Amino acid sequence: MTPVLEARNLKRDYHIPGSLLKKGKTVHAVKGVSFKVEQGKTLSIVGESGCGKSTLARMVTMIDPVTSGEMLIDGQKVDIAAEPLSSDMRSKVQIVFQNPYGSLNPRKKIGDILTEPLIINTKIPAAERRDRAMAMLKKVGLEEKHYSRYPHMFSGGQRQRVAIARALMLNPRLLVLDEPVSALDLSVQAQVLNLLADLQEEFHLTYVFISHDLSVVRHISDDVMVMYFGEAVEYGSRDQVFNDPQHSYTKTLFAATPRVDVEAIKARLERRKRA
Amino acid sequence: MSLLEIQNLVVEFQTASGPFRAVDGVSLKVDEGEVLAIVGESGSGKSVSMLAAMGLLPWTAKVTADKLLFNGRDLQAMSDRDRRKIIGKEISMIFQEPVASLNPCFTVGYQIEEVLRVHTDLDRKARWDRAIELFQLVGIPNPEERLGHYPHQMSGGQCQRVMIATALACNPKLLIADEPTTALDVTIQKQILDLLMKLQAEHGMGLIMITHDMGVVAETADRVIVQYKGRKIEEADVLSLFESPKSVYTKALLSALPENAVGGRLPTITEKLTDQQIFEGAVR
Repeated sequence: MTPVLEARNLKRDYHIPGSLLKKGKTVHAVKGVSFKVEQGKTLSIVGESGCGKSTLARMVTMIDPVTSGEMLIDGQKVDIAAEPLSSDMRSKVQIVFQNPYGSLNPRKKIGDILTEPLIINTKIPAAERRDRAMAMLKKVGLEEKHYSRYPHMFSGGQRQRVAIARALMLNPRLLVLDEPVSALDLSVQAQVLNLLADLQEEFHLTYVFISHDLSVVRHISDDVMVMYFGEAVEYGSRDQVFNDPQHSYTKTLFAATPRVDVEAIKARLERRKRA
Repeated sequence: MSLLEIQNLVVEFQTASGPFRAVDGVSLKVDEGEVLAIVGESGSGKSVSMLAAMGLLPWTAKVTADKLLFNGRDLQAMSDRDRRKIIGKEISMIFQEPVASLNPCFTVGYQIEEVLRVHTDLDRKARWDRAIELFQLVGIPNPEERLGHYPHQMSGGQCQRVMIATALACNPKLLIADEPTTALDVTIQKQILDLLMKLQAEHGMGLIMITHDMGVVAETADRVIVQYKGRKIEEADVLSLFESPKSVYTKALLSALPENAVGGRLPTITEKLTDQQIFEGAVR
């Protein structure tokens, strides 16, 4: 079976133009990353800010062109720098952003937000667009009455549901989730993670999940890739990476993650008493 | 005598649709050398209660309390002028967004010096030396050079170190840290938490850690207060809270941690709990 997404030695450089007194320079944001994701699976990309994980997300979502390397979606090669993208291709990959307060247009009603991808990419008539949006609202756990409300009337978790619904309107094959739960409270985070799992099962969706929260990653992923300064320093199945990390950076990352188990707390209190 | 003692604190905001009660009868105590974590989700009133205690809320807020004592002195009865002598000197605060809470128009050195100028009698030379000392304390390399930098020239982690340095400038007795690591990466979070805990132990400060992150609570606290919608739901020492949570809400919160359910679905009990059930299940 061809993987939904395959990347071969993907690179992305950003050129910072120089001025009279300053020389221009090139930032290598992503330095040759290869991976693939099969249908219905979740690949998580972990790393700290500035490691290139969001640049990678932009390339996969076909917002940013790749500098070099190959990207295949459903076995088909894509290069947005060489040729404009068909709307068919565009609807295969959708993205959900981190901040649900910034990613929804405050002047548009939820219904308009949800039907807009259909207006742009398809020729579906208005009545059907409305029906589909209504159905999608229910799928993500909202209600039909929410159709004509504005984003500011919703909580963070509900807005993230709307953002997920919008991404699913075009029946994508691949969903890129760029830190979708890091702005949410713990209990709301659990609800959204459950929703994502349900939707994945129902639509056989493939996820590229970008996060810095290792406990969430461990919960949701099949495969994990750890990035550090634009390079993939670790790539493998979830259990492989979590049980037997190879690279020193991965180990540092695991050691830095706060532990909530009782044993860890006992050990800390013991150390504190002695000090 | 406790360092900070708050009894029955109520904070109300006047809104278009009548008064809104952000904090509803919260009581707490912090001793010297103790780390108290206040944990809760957004809207639980954890930040507002601390801002109220420090008198930093705008005039639209109505603050009442049966007791509001710092080191035995009544903060409510005090004049603004007297209170300002304590705030920033004996009680200081670190905020969530390190880059936003520094003034972009001044160098970080100026901003540390400002605290010392207001609260101490040190002369210019002594203030500068103290600033260098503070930068070394919080682990910023080349302090002489870094003091002349502007906030935008530093990373988020470095800015948070500057904030900690400013907060510690006058050796406060009580430090209130409001989500000090929420905007930072895990590796940087670890460094900042380690730094805070080290300084807290060395100076014997009281530390109030406001957070929504159970991981941060587990890594830092001696005692924990769980808040929900402005009310205290549970208070316990850190071990008993994680080992045997008493209230329904704390149980539900802890079960929603992704660590506690590898694979499968996460329990979302809080979704089904009504406010009524949460408040009735409170253990104070």
